[in-house]
Amino acid sequence: MAKIHVSTTVNGDAVEFLCNPGETLLDILRNDLQLTGTKEGCGSGDCGACSITVDDRLVCSCLVLAVEAEGKAIGTIEGVADKDQLNVIQQKFLEHAALQCGICTPGLIVSVQALLKENPEPTEEEARYYLAGNLCRCTGYDKIIRAVLDAAETMRGAA
Amino acid sequence: MKNNNEAIAADNYKYIGTRSIRPDGFEKVTGRANYGADLSLPGMIWGKMLRSPHAHAMIKNIDTSRAEALAGVMAIVTYDDFPGVSSEIVAAGEGTEDLLDLARNLMADGKVLYHGHAILGVAAISKQIAEQALELIDIDYDILPAVLDVRDAMAKDAPILHQTMFTKGLSETPTTPSNVASVVELKKGDILAGFAQADIVIEREFYTPTVHQGYIEPHACTVRYDEHGQSMVWCSTQGHFDVRSTTAKLLHMSLSKLKVIASEIGGGFGGKTTVYLEPVALLMSKKTGRPVKMLMDRDEVFKASGPGSATRNWIKVGARNDGTITAMQGKLHYEAGAFKGSPARLGGMTAFTPYDVENMFVECFDVVVNKPKVAAYRAPGAPQAEYAAEMIISELAARLEIDPIDFRLQNVAKEGTKTIYGPKLKKVGLVECLEAAKNSPHYQQPLKDNQGRGVSSGFWFNIGGSSSVTLNMNRDGTGTIVEGSPDIGGSRASMQLMAAETLGIAADNFKTVVADTENIAHNDGTGGSRTTFATGMAVVEAAKDVIRQMKSRAASVWSVEVDTIDWVDGVAINIDSTEKLSAAEICATADRTGGQISGQGNINARGAGPSFAVHICDVEVDKETGKVDVVRYTAIQDAGKAIHPSYVEGQYQGGAAQGIGWALNEEYVYNDKGILQNPGFLDYRIPLASDLPMIETVIVEVPNPAHPFGVRGVGETGIIPPLAATAYAVSDAINAPITDLPCSPPNVLAVIQANS
Repeated sequence: MAKIHVSTTVNGDAVEFLCNPGETLLDILRNDLQLTGTKEGCGSGDCGACSITVDDRLVCSCLVLAVEAEGKAIGTIEGVADKDQLNVIQQKFLEHAALQCGICTPGLIVSVQALLKENPEPTEEEARYYLAGNLCRCTGYDKIIRAVLDAAETMRGAA
Repeated sequence: MKNNNEAIAADNYKYIGTRSIRPDGFEKVTGRANYGADLSLPGMIWGKMLRSPHAHAMIKNIDTSRAEALAGVMAIVTYDDFPGVSSEIVAAGEGTEDLLDLARNLMADGKVLYHGHAILGVAAISKQIAEQALELIDIDYDILPAVLDVRDAMAKDAPILHQTMFTKGLSETPTTPSNVASVVELKKGDILAGFAQADIVIEREFYTPTVHQGYIEPHACTVRYDEHGQSMVWCSTQGHFDVRSTTAKLLHMSLSKLKVIASEIGGGFGGKTTVYLEPVALLMSKKTGRPVKMLMDRDEVFKASGPGSATRNWIKVGARNDGTITAMQGKLHYEAGAFKGSPARLGGMTAFTPYDVENMFVECFDVVVNKPKVAAYRAPGAPQAEYAAEMIISELAARLEIDPIDFRLQNVAKEGTKTIYGPKLKKVGLVECLEAAKNSPHYQQPLKDNQGRGVSSGFWFNIGGSSSVTLNMNRDGTGTIVEGSPDIGGSRASMQLMAAETLGIAADNFKTVVADTENIAHNDGTGGSRTTFATGMAVVEAAKDVIRQMKSRAASVWSVEVDTIDWVDGVAINIDSTEKLSAAEICATADRTGGQISGQGNINARGAGPSFAVHICDVEVDKETGKVDVVRYTAIQDAGKAIHPSYVEGQYQGGAAQGIGWALNEEYVYNDKGILQNPGFLDYRIPLASDLPMIETVIVEVPNPAHPFGVRGVGETGIIPPLAATAYAVSDAINAPITDLPCSPPNVLAVIQANS
């Protein structure tokens, strides 16, 4: 079976790859582009560990075909920090101890970034519902939600 | 939002008790941390398991010819590729398991025992080809009836899973095989006399379903077999030394020829204390001469890793009208899954331990059924038994019209209370937890319509065990803590705080490394809530060793006796002359004073302190639909001493959330043929952010006298109280008894309708 050539951008870098028609964008990111920060927890769009953005739209990369990346702008966890300078969300996750094992953290941070772009002043309830697609089994979400609300407040203050 | 920072007890520590940023945090928020699935090697191929579509069947024939003909298929491995396995007990997580069972669970030996049971492994040049090859394997089965519940398994004419299994622990030696692996009795006092003293007795049978730990990271490994040199396993595990010993035993390798590297671990909760892929992947690597990567899909995790036991537990408790409990009795039935080894006995040991009651008797049945072999799940065995006991305790309090916390306080276990399993409790903090619960703002808050409240205690032993730490001091006075306990929830941060406190050197001068099996001596796994306790103790020992060496170097510099040297805040002081040398100065000149400085702490930690907890749960029930919402939740637990309070709170909150999920939603659903109906996160519903409120925490600190800083383990106890706290709150809200979990909408609605 002939592979398909795809041109796209990932975190601002122009990227080309070859993929099978049925291959997911998650598999290409992880196995071909070695961007393993995006995690696979379920492969069925239920856990959010593979959250990325495609043209600023938050998606589960396990549900996106790699060919769909053609001409799009892909954003992953590797593009969230500015070199070694953590962004506010990452910093607040650390300050609030909002991660334990850390496997859900990359997907959550990408999702929180999308949340705060859409809604810079979420209530606790809005944050909880927006992030309902990102499963965390360690924290009970308490410290995650605190980190999100604190990050939102800090970002509003800086704006 | 509520204040989460309540801590009881005061002390004068400088670093311990602070909320430092975890040293592995940067990698984990940037996606740079490498987990089980993240390692690829040059020339690597992929392995996949073929799994049984049936719950119980004899394998009559396996035909792999079509798969082997597929281009890109490199090897097929089966049980017969193991180099000869015999029954032998090996360490596994918080307990032990039989090597023969473990091997037969890795790949079936002529008989499949549950839906998803691995039969063989295929190695191919890509994941896709390996998956395609699985479709081309033809197996003839002789399907047998499936046994899916302890009642069916214990019935007289039940289909037998293992013809060679005879019940252990019976007074008469059995002559016929049974699905009951063992019966254990635990007793204290005279149970009949105890009930004779009671004015009121309540008994009920409770059901808890099969549940999964639900770690977000599926099992994963990358391995390389090397006949002449060093074989390597990279995997996500709670205990890489146990992976090494188990795998080496199975494959007849010496420990020094197998290196196991623990990747970062994406959750475990007990479920990553054994092996499912690693030995099979090594067999594939051995056959092909290539590195092999194996990843479980999520449905494989549910079907074929080790969930927590479903149980049917009958509990009977008697009390006098004045509120004194006189007798507590239990008959506990735990599903082991397809192979013996449920934590039934641990259930029996924990069920009544929050109570100082003279007469107790428990029978514990370990029963095999056609479901996956259970593994440890956070305080293995305790949540199920304590759930049943605590439901009865709350009901008794209500019947006696005594406040449920006062009732628990009146009968509370404390220092000196003799446990049902033998020893007396040492210093413990259950009284303090109950008092904190009673005084909490939550407990004072009145309930609204359709709301109910539940309270539950919880007890877990905690363990110590083998931990080895090396503290290498660098020439600039900073240090590297080399430990061997996979960091599953922030323990690297705690190690740094304990090293800092011991040495008097600020915590950010240390870096903690979780070393592979070649670079540190043996460590037991991260389990049993042992890491901060035992490995922390080893860190303190290593730091003390460094201080001894530093003082000796300072003494040699000043040409004085070492006992004239004091060590204060990271500085050696000559008490006669007030001369000073800092750690950095001593390290910088170490080569001139006898070589580099490195402390060692290799211990078998004794004296783990039990951790008690008390949780309060308020729920609101929609009586039209049976849906339950948790509206307020408080978790109170004795940490002994919270080294890093944020990560202690995180354990309380995470345990509470898992327990709430167990109480309200989570269950394995099998059809009558034993086929799992919900092997995915959509249908096996763990709590979402939108399902939970903030979880308030109170850290009680009753120091454990056996630990230099008073640490008790905190990881496990928190999952125990939520089951009864939540389910009793539902019962309180609907004014009808709850016995069966989960309190899912259809189940709750059925109880409401049956009682209206």
